[in-house]
Amino acid sequence: MAATATAPTQADKTAIAGPGSPRKARSFKQRALTPYAMLAPGIVLFLVFMAAPIAYTLVLSFQQKKVSGLGLGKGAQSTVFAGFDNYIRSVTDPEFTASVLRVLTYGAILIPLMLGFALLFALLLDSRRTRAGNFSRTAIFLPYAVPAVISSLLWGFLYLPGVSPFHFVADRLGIALPSLLNPDLITFAIANIALWGGVGFNMIVMYTSLKAVPQEIYEAAKLDGASEIQTALRIKIPIIAPSVVMTALFSMIATLQVFAEPTTLRPLANSLSTSWSPLMLVYRDAFTRNDIYSAAATSIIIALATFAISFLFLRIVQKRAFGQEN
Amino acid sequence: MRSSFRAGAAAMMAAAALLTAGCSTGSGTSTVEQNTDPNQKVELTYWAWAPNLDKVVDIWNEKNPNIHVTVNKQDGGDPAITKLLTAVNAGSGAPDLIQAEYQKIPTLVAADALADLSGTDAKDTKEAFPEAVWNSVTLGGDALYAVPQDTGPMAFYYRADIFERLGLAVPTTWDEYAAAAKTVHDADPEAYLGTFSSNDAGWFTGLAQQAGASWWAIDGDAWSVKIAEDPTEKVAGYWGGLVEQGIIDNKPMYTPEWNAALNNGKQVGWLSAAWAPGVLSGNAGATAGKWKVAPMPQWDSAKPATGNWGGSSTAVTSQSKNVAAASKFASWLNTDPEAVKALVDVAGIYPADTEGAKTALTKAPEFFSNQPDFYDVVGEAAQSVTSFSYGPNVNVAYNAYNDQFAKAAQAKTKSAFLDAVAGMQQVTVDDLKKTGFTVK
Repeated sequence: MAATATAPTQADKTAIAGPGSPRKARSFKQRALTPYAMLAPGIVLFLVFMAAPIAYTLVLSFQQKKVSGLGLGKGAQSTVFAGFDNYIRSVTDPEFTASVLRVLTYGAILIPLMLGFALLFALLLDSRRTRAGNFSRTAIFLPYAVPAVISSLLWGFLYLPGVSPFHFVADRLGIALPSLLNPDLITFAIANIALWGGVGFNMIVMYTSLKAVPQEIYEAAKLDGASEIQTALRIKIPIIAPSVVMTALFSMIATLQVFAEPTTLRPLANSLSTSWSPLMLVYRDAFTRNDIYSAAATSIIIALATFAISFLFLRIVQKRAFGQEN
Repeated sequence: MRSSFRAGAAAMMAAAALLTAGCSTGSGTSTVEQNTDPNQKVELTYWAWAPNLDKVVDIWNEKNPNIHVTVNKQDGGDPAITKLLTAVNAGSGAPDLIQAEYQKIPTLVAADALADLSGTDAKDTKEAFPEAVWNSVTLGGDALYAVPQDTGPMAFYYRADIFERLGLAVPTTWDEYAAAAKTVHDADPEAYLGTFSSNDAGWFTGLAQQAGASWWAIDGDAWSVKIAEDPTEKVAGYWGGLVEQGIIDNKPMYTPEWNAALNNGKQVGWLSAAWAPGVLSGNAGATAGKWKVAPMPQWDSAKPATGNWGGSSTAVTSQSKNVAAASKFASWLNTDPEAVKALVDVAGIYPADTEGAKTALTKAPEFFSNQPDFYDVVGEAAQSVTSFSYGPNVNVAYNAYNDQFAKAAQAKTKSAFLDAVAGMQQVTVDDLKKTGFTVK
């Protein structure tokens, strides 16, 4: 600030002394600083809201609470350096391994179904014979606008045999429906909620990239005698492959982070534990067990794993999906 | 162009500086300066979640212009405690007073979050409370960590109309309860006398407490955990047997399905606490006048006992600069006849103060207008609450209850229920040891 205030007087002096190099130097310095000033808001926001919390999580993950004796009263508790203890405990915790396996099963059910439906709907909407396209598009997209907690509550009502209209109708017809909240079916029940909410979003991404395809290609295909289905399979899908890959990546990340659906359904049934998914485990450690340090270590592991899986996936599919762009 | 940009940047930096300044003055001012002069004004903040508590506090503020209390409404027991623990870790930001459930007190004491009130007026309130309640605010030692506010003595609620139709007598022992459960379920395969809820650790604690359990104990300078012992195993085995026979439901309470079952007579009874009328009128309003309350079924009719489900106290935090004034307020709030009456009338709690409960609770709640002696039954139950000690990791034990008993209720076998008790014990002890507590 002080430099800014004195700058004009200096400039006046150089003006009196005559035009020369000092003036040039100042404008050069100013020019050099300008990009940094422009970047400052972004950098500050990144440091405050991204880098600092991550750094703090890292610090926490290497600490633990230690008490002595009864642990009551002043000075009985202290925070000590834990080394890799928290990490070792997280990785070797059978509950953590079990939650990872559950989420992988959940992803194996959800992702193919969600992307399959999204692709199917996008192609149907894009085909020339579609009627009421705008309405259908909105109708398919709408569930995405419903927050996951709300949709889980809605589906929870529909799943509970005592209040579900499906069970009511089935009972009247003399059919015994199994409860989707049973331990064998609960993964499907959760995947169904995510499917309901997620198809619309992925469909819009694919549909948008279909719209960007030049019409001439379709005309050429038509002239060559290709049917709608052949056009879809041989032209449309290969062209929009990059966006399919992208939606697959997003879906994988979302799968690893599943939290709202099982957390909302948990109080309704005995089949979900408080450590059903890895993030639920983190939440439980941090807020139910007041062990923020273990939670921090598990979070770091999940973040690294997510990063590694995304990277690996892109490496594997990149050549095939984006090959034609180069 | 350039100079206007510079002016903009300067303004932005100034604004940022102001913002940070604003932040730093905003935090850490919830406590006030040390006060020695009795005529000097004292400002106290009070975190609480009981409904309409601010209206009770208004009475105090009117009478005590020098000690002004501001209620800061909280979302509930768990979030308030999490916030307090964060403030204690941070070294500032805690209120003067906090509403703390009994099972949270050892955790708070372990985190050095509560002030010892044994040197203040609050120690004179001892006579006002049942001994079991007083023990849970002293942890059985010489210190005093809070003044009891309300309790949840458990009782048995049942649909009197359905009992009459089935010709059932009110069960007075657990054997009779099991027989009644069978009759109810045999008469209507969709109806149950009750449900075993894996969601409500506090409920199961109350049942175990009735049977004589006390899950933690201080043994010299070590903690001992006594979950996997006879009383709790007896209770878990009993319920596991009922669930295995299929005469008691295994689904959690407080679900839309459970609410519907309370309404349409498929849940015929509910083992609950003194605050049940509020829940029933909210969740099953259409059944008003059809319910009645009776004492809990007993293990030993010669020695009637009951447990507590819920209940909280008023504690002074370790960051308060006005412990004496805060303690004076806490004593008034929970033992002054006018305050206790107001707590009952506007906050709808069941007071821990024995005399206060007797004088304030005369008329049965509206939902139970068919049973004029409602509070005689509940009041008698409150007298037979047995002592129960909580430990420093109740949160871990309760969480273990949720997970272990969810599995057991799903498995529907008596042996799974007994395994769940062993699992709770294991998780609770492991957690204590991991943190460094001495465990016997």
